[in-house]
Amino acid sequence: MPEDLINSFMAGPDERGRFGDFGGRFVSETLMPLILELDAEYMRAKTDQSFWDEMHDLWTHYVGRPSPLYHAERLTEHLGGAKIYLKRDELNHTGAHKINNVLGQILLARRMGKKRIIAETGAGQHGVATATVCAKFGLDCVVYMGAHDVERQSPNVFRMKLLGAEVVPVTSGRGTLKDAMNDALRDWVTNVRDTFYCIGTVAGPHPYPAMVRDFQSIIGKEVREQMQAAEGRLPDSVIAAIGGGSNAMGLFYPFLDDRSVRIIGVEAGGRGVDEKMEHCASLTGGRPGVLHGNRTYLLQDADGQILEGHSISAGLDYPGIGPEHAWLHESGRAEYVWITDDEALEAFQLCCRKEGIIPALEPSHALAHVSKIAPDLPRDHLMVMNMCGRGDKDIFTVAKALGVEL
Amino acid sequence: MTRIDDTFARLGAGGRKAFVAYIMAGDPDLETSLEIMRGLPGAGVDIIELGVPFTDPMADGPTIQQAGQRALAGGQTLEKTLQMVRGFREGDAETPIVLMGYYNPIYSRGVGRFLEDALAAGVDGLIVVDLPPEEDEELCLPAQRAGLNFIRLATPTTDDKRLPKVIENTSGFVYYVSITGITGAAAAQAADVAPDVDRIRAASGLPVIVGFGISTPEGAAEIAGVADGAVVGSAIVKLIGERRPPAEVLARVAALADGVHRG
Repeated sequence: MPEDLINSFMAGPDERGRFGDFGGRFVSETLMPLILELDAEYMRAKTDQSFWDEMHDLWTHYVGRPSPLYHAERLTEHLGGAKIYLKRDELNHTGAHKINNVLGQILLARRMGKKRIIAETGAGQHGVATATVCAKFGLDCVVYMGAHDVERQSPNVFRMKLLGAEVVPVTSGRGTLKDAMNDALRDWVTNVRDTFYCIGTVAGPHPYPAMVRDFQSIIGKEVREQMQAAEGRLPDSVIAAIGGGSNAMGLFYPFLDDRSVRIIGVEAGGRGVDEKMEHCASLTGGRPGVLHGNRTYLLQDADGQILEGHSISAGLDYPGIGPEHAWLHESGRAEYVWITDDEALEAFQLCCRKEGIIPALEPSHALAHVSKIAPDLPRDHLMVMNMCGRGDKDIFTVAKALGVEL
Repeated sequence: MTRIDDTFARLGAGGRKAFVAYIMAGDPDLETSLEIMRGLPGAGVDIIELGVPFTDPMADGPTIQQAGQRALAGGQTLEKTLQMVRGFREGDAETPIVLMGYYNPIYSRGVGRFLEDALAAGVDGLIVVDLPPEEDEELCLPAQRAGLNFIRLATPTTDDKRLPKVIENTSGFVYYVSITGITGAAAAQAADVAPDVDRIRAASGLPVIVGFGISTPEGAAEIAGVADGAVVGSAIVKLIGERRPPAEVLARVAALADGVHRG
């Protein structure tokens, strides 16, 4: 639908879980009754003040919210244009935005009486967040992780084990995040009656994309208030990195109806977005398809077989993207660009030196795009980038890429 | 009336149960796969379920996953699977063929074009795992309008409240998934399955075929004894994966068929 015919960008999804043509509930019959039950329970919780009171209490005292909105002065000076703010979600407990959503889903699981939690993880951040909250509430936790990722993210594997979770290395397919999600779905189908599937991003069957977005929207809500306090107005642009797209959706959503705010999502361009498909830029290099419960843009071949893609960042290494992003892309409300591995690595180092912040490789992609566009914007242009994770987990990957032996 | 309806009418008249055999198209290669497929009716198979390979088969256990990967590695595509059906139809105009798989390869081809090609090739029905009744407008309704059966999966989690929705746009038969789980998992007991089969048959007026976790002639006989037929997949696909000669695979299929027809 053309942008000028849409009254609000915040009304989705519809009752079928669709954002325009995207989203939906493409799952096997075994899961449908549970997904409908989850939807009903989420609808009840959403309007239940006591649910949100508990969330806010945990966000404040357990996670450490609100995360600061920080004026990156030296970065701004270095780039010589837009005034750059970083939303410091890397300061959250467990080091990324992932825990915002996990808390919501685990509180929901408790309301539904589920005692066993399963999750998929790529870089391990969602797995660590899930293991953490399960430990806090005394719930069984099983995390599916591609065997390839288990190898390249061993510190996070150990963290999850310390927190009492069982980590299952997934060898089916090619052993990455997509395959971990397949195996989590297989576990769920098998243990559907006592198990809650805690999905880490704004993807999956309805209501997951909307529910995860709602839990992550605390990011954008805080930014609105903090920017009001700092500058007395809305930001002019908001920028975030996108794998599945949960940190981006959390930042973007509260600004969707503020047409003056430019919204930019940054996909992982890997070794370049071309026919070799060595990237994870689903929107710029993929086309619509159906996978993992929803219709969205996917990396796929001519026969509809899903491709693996590539990114230096394990957290962006996913061949799909949340359906709401697919819709924002087609409606033109948000723009989506891509950044290569090399550009992200450069931005990673720039942030370390200019701001004394070691960013994760995921937000380094967003930062690389900030570096590209900020110099050409006026000094009164207020730009917010979501620093969605810290880089401790990535130092081995970065060292290897820079040819340094640790 | 499709070939599926005809088959059940014929079996019902003789008081016989239906044996449905699953193989993956293009596993381990297109030629071997077609050779095995051509031998299935002679081995006692009443309905052929032909798997359409997909990179991300979320409802399948390791045996079928690997079969799909073997087929894809050998260059199998949806186009080649339809070619295989055409090849089979050259020598067999009667045995019903049901394509079983996931939605994306069909969606990628385009639903209209796929239905036209599938009908022309001689396909009779579709089982698409990731299309629940909530998404009927995607493929189920267009398929029925085109004259194909759309066969729905009912599961142990499909309760009485939900059952009417599940069978509303179903035709041909209902595939009862006997366990909550993936293909190739542990078997359900006939005694546990019987009440669900009766419930679904009464509500739908359609034959109810039971699948998932059936691997031996004895198990097949027991399940067939309480249903209108049984599906065997992983147990056959496993032999194909071990590169057993087609004659040996078909001998095992014949033993399983005897089991079902005893039931």
